[in-house]
Amino acid sequence: MSGVSVTKAADDAAPAADDLVVLSNVNKHFGALHVLQDIDLTIARGEVVVVIGPSGSGKSTLCRTINRLETIDSGAIAIDGKPLPQEGKELARLRADVGMVFQSFNLFAHKTVLENVTLGQIKVRKADKKAAEEKARTLLDRVGVGSQADKYPAQLSGGQQQRVAIARALAMDPKVMLFDEPTSALDPEMINEVLEAMQQLARDGMTMVVVTHEMGFARSAANRVVFMADGKIVEEATPDQFFSNPRSDRAKDFLSKILHH
Amino acid sequence: MNVLLDHLPEFRDGFIGTVLLTAASALLAMVLGVVMAGFRVSPVPPLRFFGAAWVTLFRNTPLTLLFLVAWFVVPAVFGTGMNPWTKALLALGFYTSAFVCEAVRSGVSTVPLGQAEAARSLGMTFSQTLRLIVLPQATRTVVPPLSSIFIALTKNSAIAGAFSVTELFGVQKLLSDKGFAIAPIFLWVALAYLVITFSISGLFRLLERRLEVAR
Ligand SMILES: Nc1ncnc2c1ncn2[C@@H]1O[C@H](COP(=O)(O)OP(=O)(O)OP(=O)(O)O)[C@@H](O)[C@H]1O
Ligand SMILES: [Mg+2]
Repeated sequence: MSGVSVTKAADDAAPAADDLVVLSNVNKHFGALHVLQDIDLTIARGEVVVVIGPSGSGKSTLCRTINRLETIDSGAIAIDGKPLPQEGKELARLRADVGMVFQSFNLFAHKTVLENVTLGQIKVRKADKKAAEEKARTLLDRVGVGSQADKYPAQLSGGQQQRVAIARALAMDPKVMLFDEPTSALDPEMINEVLEAMQQLARDGMTMVVVTHEMGFARSAANRVVFMADGKIVEEATPDQFFSNPRSDRAKDFLSKILHH
Repeated sequence: MNVLLDHLPEFRDGFIGTVLLTAASALLAMVLGVVMAGFRVSPVPPLRFFGAAWVTLFRNTPLTLLFLVAWFVVPAVFGTGMNPWTKALLALGFYTSAFVCEAVRSGVSTVPLGQAEAARSLGMTFSQTLRLIVLPQATRTVVPPLSSIFIALTKNSAIAGAFSVTELFGVQKLLSDKGFAIAPIFLWVALAYLVITFSISGLFRLLERRLEVAR
């Protein structure tokens, strides 16, 4: 899609020039609460990183700082070599390169599915209406909701809405996609259809940061698992290593809890 | 003798005057009110401050005082070129804009935050987010209070009559000064206001129904 994915299947040590998202020494407070503590995280082009951790550990906040929906107190975040600018036109432009999929879908309620997917292309990328619609239909077909194009979001199931949200983000040709618990608000029978769309995306070489507790997805699609607790990155490992042989006690404790419910 | 039939031209001019003044002030108040609401929710602190100051000033000043300012202070500062009608328009429009602003702002706060976040994460600017995503969804909650605001505006426009702008309420003064019986004049003037305010509330009810049908 972006036309630059010549990357080989993720090597463990990707060269620095291929670093797409770089967080260095990032700190963030909510009042007295230190939600992100000295976060260092580098995501290579084409890499799929799953972020996992207990509730309140700062996963959503981490995700949201990457497109500056949350500001940070100190440290630096760069996307494709460019540091995140201050609020304004330039930040808006950069945000267009970072797709985001929310837990609660957040489709525009007053727009049809098709309009949801064309709006950003037309208003932000200045694409013409016809080309935008064509692209929107292709993307909607790709995530399996092509036949819903003329409905309003409220008329769709949760799983369908989330797939539309994925199409909406993809329509901007993002360099990286952020997913914040994309399946947590879904009924169990709809989770798979969304995960499949995400898996397809991972296979196509999209760079992805995914906050999720879906271990099946982490095992099959992720290059790396990042485990967070209390605002810190406690452990980073390949999915196999992490799930079968976690090193930290926090991770062991957390895994035993989610495996036993 | 019937005061209404004998003075139909005066009543007609007064009626048209009130309708025009109300409509023009409503338009000005809408534009200013929406812009100020945008300022009040903007990420830029000076704009937020300006919006808040605007509302505080115009919502808490008696309208008659604003008329006096428009008549005696504005000409002293900006020159005497303005006709009475324009001065009345400004006083009514500015005053009403403060109420429109607050109605729009409370409508904006009913739109889930996720809507604006989704728009911003697509790369829309603040004003695009407001215009394309938030305000359209706020409309449904803004329309009912706007109806009362514009009805109040209609009645407030009567103050302009006291400042020799041709409108309904001024007709009453004109005719009673000529010595006609006051009661029937008042009755007809009140009925004429009723026609205007009923039209406004009817129009808004129609609009509300429309918005409900659209999803
Ligand atoms: N806007 C906010 N204002 C104040 N505190 C906040 C805000 N957003 C999050 N927090 C707090 O920051 C901490 C981290 O929140 P965050 O949402 O990042 O956690 P999380 O790891 O995503 O949790 P979950 O798994 O429940 O989604 C929590 O303690 C939360 O209460
Ligand atoms: Mg979260």
